Amino acid sequence: MTKRTLFALLGALALALSVAACGEDDEEGNGGGGGGGGGSELSGNIRIDGSSTVAPLSEPAGEQFNGEHPDVRVTVGTSGTGGGFEKFCAGETDISDASRQIEPDEEKLCEAKGIEWTEITVANDALSVVVNPENPVTCMTVEQLKSVWEPKSKVSSWSDVEGLEQDFDTELELYGPGTDSGTFDYFTEAINGEEGASRTDYNNVGEDDNATVTGVTGSEGGMGYFGYSFFRENQDTLKALEIDGGDGCVAPTPETAQDGSYKPLGRQLYIYPSAEALRKPAVREFVTFYIENSDALAEQAGFIPLTEEQKQESLDKIEQLSGGAGS
Amino acid sequence: MATRDTTASSASALPPGALEAVPRWGEKAIYALLVTCAVVSVATTTAIVISLLSPTISFFGEVPITDFLFGTEWSPQFGEQAQFGVLAIVVGTLNVTLWALLVAVPCGLGAAIYLSEYASRRVRKVLKPTLEVLAGIPTVAFGFFALFFITPLLQDVWPGFLGEEPGIFNAGAAGIAIGVLIIPIIASISEDAMSAVPGGLREGAYALGATRMRVALRVVVPAALSGIVASIVLAVSRAIGETMVVLIAAGSTANLTMSPVESIQAMTAYIGVTATGDIATNTIEYDTIFAVGTLLFVMTLLMNMVSIRLVRRYREVYE
Amino acid sequence: MSTERYRSERTRLAVAGARARTRVALDRQPVGDVRKGGLFKLLLLLAVGIALAMLVALIADAVIDGRERLGFGLLFEKGSGDPEQAGLQQALLGTIYLIGGVMLTVVPLGVGAAIYLEEYADDTKWWNRLIEVNIQNLAAVPSIVYGILGLAFIVRGPLDLGFVVAAGSLTLALLVLPTVILAGREAIRAVPDSIRQGSLALGATRWQTIRHQVLPASIPGIVTGVILAVSRAIGETAPLLLVGAATFVTFKPSFFEGGYTALPVQIFQWVTRPQDEFRVIAAAGIVVLLIVLLAMNSFAIWLRNRYEQQW
Repeated sequence: MTKRTLFALLGALALALSVAACGEDDEEGNGGGGGGGGGSELSGNIRIDGSSTVAPLSEPAGEQFNGEHPDVRVTVGTSGTGGGFEKFCAGETDISDASRQIEPDEEKLCEAKGIEWTEITVANDALSVVVNPENPVTCMTVEQLKSVWEPKSKVSSWSDVEGLEQDFDTELELYGPGTDSGTFDYFTEAINGEEGASRTDYNNVGEDDNATVTGVTGSEGGMGYFGYSFFRENQDTLKALEIDGGDGCVAPTPETAQDGSYKPLGRQLYIYPSAEALRKPAVREFVTFYIENSDALAEQAGFIPLTEEQKQESLDKIEQLSGGAGS
Repeated sequence: MATRDTTASSASALPPGALEAVPRWGEKAIYALLVTCAVVSVATTTAIVISLLSPTISFFGEVPITDFLFGTEWSPQFGEQAQFGVLAIVVGTLNVTLWALLVAVPCGLGAAIYLSEYASRRVRKVLKPTLEVLAGIPTVAFGFFALFFITPLLQDVWPGFLGEEPGIFNAGAAGIAIGVLIIPIIASISEDAMSAVPGGLREGAYALGATRMRVALRVVVPAALSGIVASIVLAVSRAIGETMVVLIAAGSTANLTMSPVESIQAMTAYIGVTATGDIATNTIEYDTIFAVGTLLFVMTLLMNMVSIRLVRRYREVYE
Repeated sequence: MSTERYRSERTRLAVAGARARTRVALDRQPVGDVRKGGLFKLLLLLAVGIALAMLVALIADAVIDGRERLGFGLLFEKGSGDPEQAGLQQALLGTIYLIGGVMLTVVPLGVGAAIYLEEYADDTKWWNRLIEVNIQNLAAVPSIVYGILGLAFIVRGPLDLGFVVAAGSLTLALLVLPTVILAGREAIRAVPDSIRQGSLALGATRWQTIRHQVLPASIPGIVTGVILAVSRAIGETAPLLLVGAATFVTFKPSFFEGGYTALPVQIFQWVTRPQDEFRVIAAAGIVVLLIVLLAMNSFAIWLRNRYEQQW
């Protein structure tokens, strides 16, 4: 091969790459012709960001929706509920995933930027506290949990926790989400009494709940907390503690979450689409798709589905916010 | 080109200014273009410094620098209770680096001495490219290796008398993986330094009856010492700056300990975790990324300058 | 040595014996030394052996863990939340786009800078030395700091491109620029001065000399350098994490819009998931990455050997 040929080859490669880059948009329309019913004319970008708890629900929703409407691109980020709202109120995202409700500060921020939104419940959740299967403890009260997780807690071993039935003299290894997480906010409020109040010397996994799974399965004295779907996904390698919220030990299950007996860690999961986003047909279709298929999606992803009333309420809200905006 | 009748005698026949240089604008344009290219490199450094500086200054406006440098608790995200003592994560980094060096210095130096003093040409032809392959393996692969191979191995063979066995995230496994990662740095630069030692020195030693080992250890290594030290400094700098291995395998607890079995958080991992979580601009948590980044930049820069100076010294002495 | 014949048999024997004894004494090393020498060599071999063993273990571990999913399916499936179905399509495309952008940026800039530094720059001027020092220092900056630079300057800040492929390309380009410049300089430096002098003597301008004599001769070296730099860029993960190679992508990327992912980033995300199936595809992904890098490096070495000019 002469140098000239070499040059030519490399030039051709560079050219091919740039053509691929520019020609990209033309190809998109041809993909997935067969798939689902009408509306393959739907196109656009849907930017979702926020809770890492809700992401495992939004991701398959986006994937399946993209399967039916190949020209709609859905990206799902996990900056945390707090981080998601910051971007949402800055107009950088169309939908915010949240594992707690929007706060007054955040509402003000959105108002200042002229962002209108609506709160749509997409699933129920039983925030699960998990431990290693080797751990004999089966149930903890809210007070006991608080003694472990409260700010400046000195509890470093399972034997330090007062009032446990079982004897377990192993060092505690704590794993938990970061301060941008809605799960963190919800847990600290429900258990420690104040949002954001927590001890600081635990394994901070940020938004990576999978790291909590890895951590707790890998250490005998491990304890962590996250949304129910992460527990269900890893049932064979983790154990969920029953929580005694005053009325006896209750295990996290779809039933106890839906009927409210799993307290205080039963909660709802939300998405917050903006009014402006809902004006786009792609977003409106997507959000409707999300709710209508929420049962199947929840089943798939290990979430706790909505009750019938919740579903209807959510569908009504979508109607309201987008119907009123014309078209 | 037309031939010109320029005999010395007819020099006066030339119009004035004929032999002066004609400005070629094309040349000047090219020169300008090329200068621009080079200047971009300076611009990058400047950009790095600027991008790190402003949020860092704003950070130190809120947190006194003594708290930052000498405080021992690092929990910047906890609102009112936030603590900004960077020592916790610096020690995390140093912890991992220590174990890395314990692996890399013997193996790297050993390989270098072997290649330089003992290996036949055939062995060299195989060994050197192999080390280059090691150098080219991406850091995610090392992270995977640390978490899924080294950690379970350590947990299985951990002798009881050393105390607790390593947890799933531990500094030791990450340290070993990083150590393997930096072996090529130490090996290749040390070997370079050793081969720069003049043959005459070696031959003189052999002539005096020294054994190979003595020649290697008493003649070559001391002569190449500045190069060897340079390689180690460079390797340390690389280990300090390594992100993916610690992010995957070392954990995320800001823990002030030098124990290899505990989970720690390195400076780079902290930046990685925090910046990916994407905290909003202009909050103090966001600024911590830059403060830690600046510290990292300064540390590696200093080491790099030391290393360059050392390399220059060994090159000068013999060339 | 005396050529005189010794007078008697006895003297001859005595001399021969003395000679032999001296030789033996000088050749033989003390037993302690031999043992130490042997031990030392053993230690050295052990050191080399450990390094090699680690390399083999790393590769073998990845291949063994990932063997179920190794295959063309992996390359063409789209990314997905479901590990059984997930594939590397988006990641590979993202990497290709990123690398395309990197090459477009780094080749003109790097080669231009190298030419300037070798051909035009006057070493005594302080600004030229400043440039040189800068390039050397930049080569040692940790990759994550480049990520911070990208986040602060390219994604937000002055360039404000957002979390797009172009931002990732630029960040990676800055990361590997010093390598390209260094390699370019080596290649250009290797061209003997006589070639340049000859060209100038024939009346060519500086640029003409470079364009027609120096550059063509140094192209193989430059190309090798570019390929090595690019293969480094392919394996870089940390800066991309900061510059926003998104969590979850199901569509093909484009340069200035929308999210993207890259091969090492995708592998990283799979590594961090606890389910066993993800471990399998992470391992398979690593094997793919290693193969790509090995191919590129071998190509670069082959190029260097094939086209290396002997002056």
